[in-house]
Amino acid sequence: MNKVENNKAWFLVLPVFAIVAFSAIIPLMTVVNYSVQDIFDPQTRYFVGTEWFKMVMTDSDLHGALLRQFIFSFTILAIEIPLGIAVALMMPTKGRGASLALILVAIPLLIPWNVVGTIWQIFGRGDIGLFGAAMNGLGIDYNYASNPMHAWLTVVLMDVWHWTPLVALLCYSGLRAIPEVYYQAARIDRASRWAVFRYIQLPKLTNVLIIGVLLRFMDSFMIYAEPFVLTGGGPGTSTTFLSQSLVTQAIGQFDLGPAAAFSLVYFLIILAVCWVFYTTIMNMQKDK
Amino acid sequence: MTATAAPQAPVKSRAANKARSAHIRGRIGLVFYLVLLLLPIYWLVNMSFKTNTEILSGLSFFPQNFTLENYAKIFTDPTWYMGYVNSVIYVSMNMVISLLVALPAAYAFSRYKFVGDKHMFFWLLSNRMAPPAVFLLPFFQLYSSIGLFDTHIAVALAHCLFNVPLAVWILEGFMSGVPREIDETAYIDGYTFPRFFVRIFIPLIRSGIGVTAFFCFMFSWVELLLARTLTSVDAKPISAIMTRTVSASGMDWGLLAAAGVLTILPGLLVVYFVRNHVAKGFALGRV
Repeated sequence: MNKVENNKAWFLVLPVFAIVAFSAIIPLMTVVNYSVQDIFDPQTRYFVGTEWFKMVMTDSDLHGALLRQFIFSFTILAIEIPLGIAVALMMPTKGRGASLALILVAIPLLIPWNVVGTIWQIFGRGDIGLFGAAMNGLGIDYNYASNPMHAWLTVVLMDVWHWTPLVALLCYSGLRAIPEVYYQAARIDRASRWAVFRYIQLPKLTNVLIIGVLLRFMDSFMIYAEPFVLTGGGPGTSTTFLSQSLVTQAIGQFDLGPAAAFSLVYFLIILAVCWVFYTTIMNMQKDK
Repeated sequence: MTATAAPQAPVKSRAANKARSAHIRGRIGLVFYLVLLLLPIYWLVNMSFKTNTEILSGLSFFPQNFTLENYAKIFTDPTWYMGYVNSVIYVSMNMVISLLVALPAAYAFSRYKFVGDKHMFFWLLSNRMAPPAVFLLPFFQLYSSIGLFDTHIAVALAHCLFNVPLAVWILEGFMSGVPREIDETAYIDGYTFPRFFVRIFIPLIRSGIGVTAFFCFMFSWVELLLARTLTSVDAKPISAIMTRTVSASGMDWGLLAAAGVLTILPGLLVVYFVRNHVAKGFALGRV
């Protein structure tokens, strides 16, 4: 659509700008402010320059959390994206079955994040949970509270359970947007099921998939409530991700300076990755 | 005619058979996935109707001594049910604020070019990407210093951080689908901008507003970290009450399960109302 040049449109954007600035710029400036000071109490504070940033960059705990974070994010992306596509392909497109499937698939998305943690906390326990009991019944000594590997796998499983529906719904709506003519043409050419997927459905899904990957990457990078409730970051540090270590540092130990420096580095990593995604999407839309 | 039709018939039916069997396999796969999806939720619901002694005495697939005691406790104890009331209040406030400010802005982004529009749009989106943990402490201090700590409006405003950009993004998608000619015709007919916007434009994007409200509800309802940090007693959300009460009273599994089940219900209700539009909201790829 051709847009008209009109700088008065700023007046329409102003309320949004004001409200988001209030909840984004002021707090962000506070964080910047903290990150260069050593604060003992509100009256006693010293300017320390980039000291906290140096400390954060060399802190081995944070490196560990960052590494775990990347491994976790890529693992869940590798599982959720193909699984989500598969589910979307299987969902009915017409009738009452379609509405029902849509609602059922959406359920995990509507549960408060800490309740998701609670559900899996109960579900995975060996004594009172179905999943834990089933694993024990299969002869695996499964215990997410004491075995780091089991804890990590449970968090991954929980995230897959929680967020695959988002990918599935995105792909489902992407599939609905493909005109019936394409399929008719494929039938005339006697295209195989795989060819239909590879040459008709997948290309049409590219846009929603990019957004799906972007959303899942962003949100998995901020994951906090679910592992916090399920494992509390343990055992040891096996499921401590970035948000968790940040909250521990800022609220738990009240190390304002290092926590602020950490926040900024954390935010910049996400911003950098997302900027790459955003530019890619915009360029792709321009090509069309 | 018959000579050419005859050899084709088996090919056709083989293809039809193949399609049908693929269809059936798809259905079986979907049912399998849905069963796995619902299993943890079934377990939670199952547990919420059991007494604690029964929960701890072993696994059972249906409550042996069916009880509503857990639910009764939540509905009679104000410290519990006020949590739901608080959550609903700030979520509704957030929904209203987000929609009110996002509607004109989305209109501006969909209709006009102006200085810095692209940067503004990315800056808005970047707030959707900000980890709430980063803003935890500054938010706490900001809202404490202006005396809004432990109020519903504080949480509603804090959630605007990610919901307003989202609302602008979704609404912009819906508005771009409305042809410009409608705006121009209305102006020719003598409508002023506010009158045109409220009387003509908003009814046109009703379903878009519904979808936006749904996503604002969803993201505000499920968020815990900010809501918990900005409240202590008067505006405490149900999700925070759950974590605290559990640690205080030992593990009251039945009560915890019942509280969990009750947090799922509002979401189900909302998704039921927008079920026919939600696919379109996703289709714009704007979530």
